[in-house]
Amino acid sequence: MKTKNTNPDQKDKEKNTISRRDLLAGLASLPVLGLLGYGLFNHKTETARKSSSLLGDIDVIIPKGIPPLIDGPPLRLGIVGCGSRGRYLMKALGFLHPDKIDEYKQYARESKFWKEYLEQFMLQENLNIKITGICDVFDKHAKQGVETGANLYRNGTGGKMTELPKRYRTYKELLTADDVDAVIIATPDHLHIPVASEAARHGKHIYCEKPLSWTVPETFDIRKAVKESGVVFQLGHQGRQTESYLVARSLIKQNVTGKISLIEVCTNRNDPNGAWVYDIDPEANEQTIDWKQFIGPAPWHEFSAERFFRWRCWWDYGTGLSGDLFTHEYDALNQILDLGIPKSAMASGGIYFYKDGRTVPDVLNMAFEFPDRDLTLLYSATLANEKNRGKVIMGHDAWIELDESLLVVADPKSTKYRERIEKGIIEPHKPIFSYVPGQESIDAITTPTEKYFASRGLLYTYRGGKPIDTTHLHLREWINCIRRKDGSQPSCDIDQAFEEAITAHMGTIAYHEKRQTFWDDVNEVIY
Amino acid sequence: MKYTVSSLSALVILRITTGWHFLYEGLVKVTDPSWSSRSYLMDSGGFLKGFFEWIAENNTALTIADSLNAWGLTLIGIALVAGIFTRYAAYAGIILLGLYYLSHPAFPGITYLFPVDGSYFIINKTLIELAAMWVIISFPTSDIIGLERLFKKM
Repeated sequence: MKTKNTNPDQKDKEKNTISRRDLLAGLASLPVLGLLGYGLFNHKTETARKSSSLLGDIDVIIPKGIPPLIDGPPLRLGIVGCGSRGRYLMKALGFLHPDKIDEYKQYARESKFWKEYLEQFMLQENLNIKITGICDVFDKHAKQGVETGANLYRNGTGGKMTELPKRYRTYKELLTADDVDAVIIATPDHLHIPVASEAARHGKHIYCEKPLSWTVPETFDIRKAVKESGVVFQLGHQGRQTESYLVARSLIKQNVTGKISLIEVCTNRNDPNGAWVYDIDPEANEQTIDWKQFIGPAPWHEFSAERFFRWRCWWDYGTGLSGDLFTHEYDALNQILDLGIPKSAMASGGIYFYKDGRTVPDVLNMAFEFPDRDLTLLYSATLANEKNRGKVIMGHDAWIELDESLLVVADPKSTKYRERIEKGIIEPHKPIFSYVPGQESIDAITTPTEKYFASRGLLYTYRGGKPIDTTHLHLREWINCIRRKDGSQPSCDIDQAFEEAITAHMGTIAYHEKRQTFWDDVNEVIY
Repeated sequence: MKYTVSSLSALVILRITTGWHFLYEGLVKVTDPSWSSRSYLMDSGGFLKGFFEWIAENNTALTIADSLNAWGLTLIGIALVAGIFTRYAAYAGIILLGLYYLSHPAFPGITYLFPVDGSYFIINKTLIELAAMWVIISFPTSDIIGLERLFKKM
């Protein structure tokens, strides 16, 4: 074995002089740095080339921040329906029951999720409103609503409260009250229009939960009533505020997808709660519930706590998958693509899993044709499997996968992107754009890691972007329109609501009558 | 330390290749303003999962972690390749690699979103690179091939 020359005498002599040999050995590894620099330069040039080629001519509109609140005197609100959705809406307005605040504070001590949940609520801007009236047919819900409505300062039990809102026994009494400017309707579906029509008649502004209506005729009635009264109307599709939908709209307007022929939307849930099998409150009985008022326009039925809490399971009160869940999907797409009412609808499905006496199907498939747009909208839902199939907008050149986040994937056979695919700038089947809410800009995805995370909607590239409750934004938009007093209407106005309801009804009728239904847009008739 | 030509070559190559890896990883991050370790940290596993997720969700901690990581990798890489402050660089490298391993330990039963490029049981490439750092510390070569040789003469 050879050994290095390490003679001590020689070393001493050489100690303070740098020989040619030292210089060579000392600097021997430095060329490696040059090679690395060259490698990095290549990497950066390639990334920049791909980035600019991918984004090129696309100018994406991304909503920035929250629209400022318009000044005005406190808006006086009445709430009709204080069940779970009604309470959620009150929370989005800034009102939680003191007991809930105590409960969340308790959870927050042990759980990061609850800590953030509570913080987010506490930070939510005060909308300058006053809850003056509450109406619920169940005494317990009404009492909770009243106590929640007084918690303007977001305190726990024993904290400072404002004056208690008045409890009204009927919505009609609430709607004639002078100290109610506007009403929030969070009743079961079959009562939406009776309450909304009465509100319009009394000039009260309306925020109505989706779907707009329970029957076809009342859909026409409410459109007329809202237009004639001039009240500000917002349908509760808070998806209108979802950033990724607004981004998708701007991408499609710039023809990123090419011609769209098919859109697929889905609902997949797999738990009793998701299938509307809600808990039955032990305090519910004929003494605590005004059953007659609950029945309203529905066919008479003897008192049933099950029907009261699980009303979504019966056509008598609800609108099934079509009205309850498809409408979310439809409204998202109507917002993105201005779809309007389809020309025709077909539907099939059945009660395949929840054999619990319900009348609405738990599996539903619907196909809506838009021949003027050359496209089909497919809806497929099950309440007995949770696979998330998302929303997919399929164009000839690319498809958009849409959720809270957004992905654009180039189609391998695209005409528009053919050249870029051939040059290797675009890899088909892999996302070329991604958007995550809170992000400042859209990303051209160029590295394998980004592609991987983006394909799973897990690209956390933003910082300081706080999640905001879309329901809060949706209510805020409605309140701002009311304060503006210039006749402006929010994003999900009565015309959009009308399109939503008619589309859902077309699907429901097709399901009931086992036939294709059509929309005559001249005479405005479903046939 | 006395080395044969063969062992000296092996050790210098080990030092330069690990340095290369560090430096390139560092430079790619330093030169990309949108790079962040957030998604990597959010995908953490093992008993320190909570700690790494806390960093990912805390803006200040994340900014510090990102800078230390990107610049740490770069400086360690330069030091190892050029053969200067190699010992300190290798210790710093052990700390960084140790943190990477702790955030993504190759323990059975832990799965990650990001696919692993092979099959590992406890020992993975991070741990092997960490062991290589130990070799670099124990068998220094920068005073023979590297800038330290020149500094010693000054």
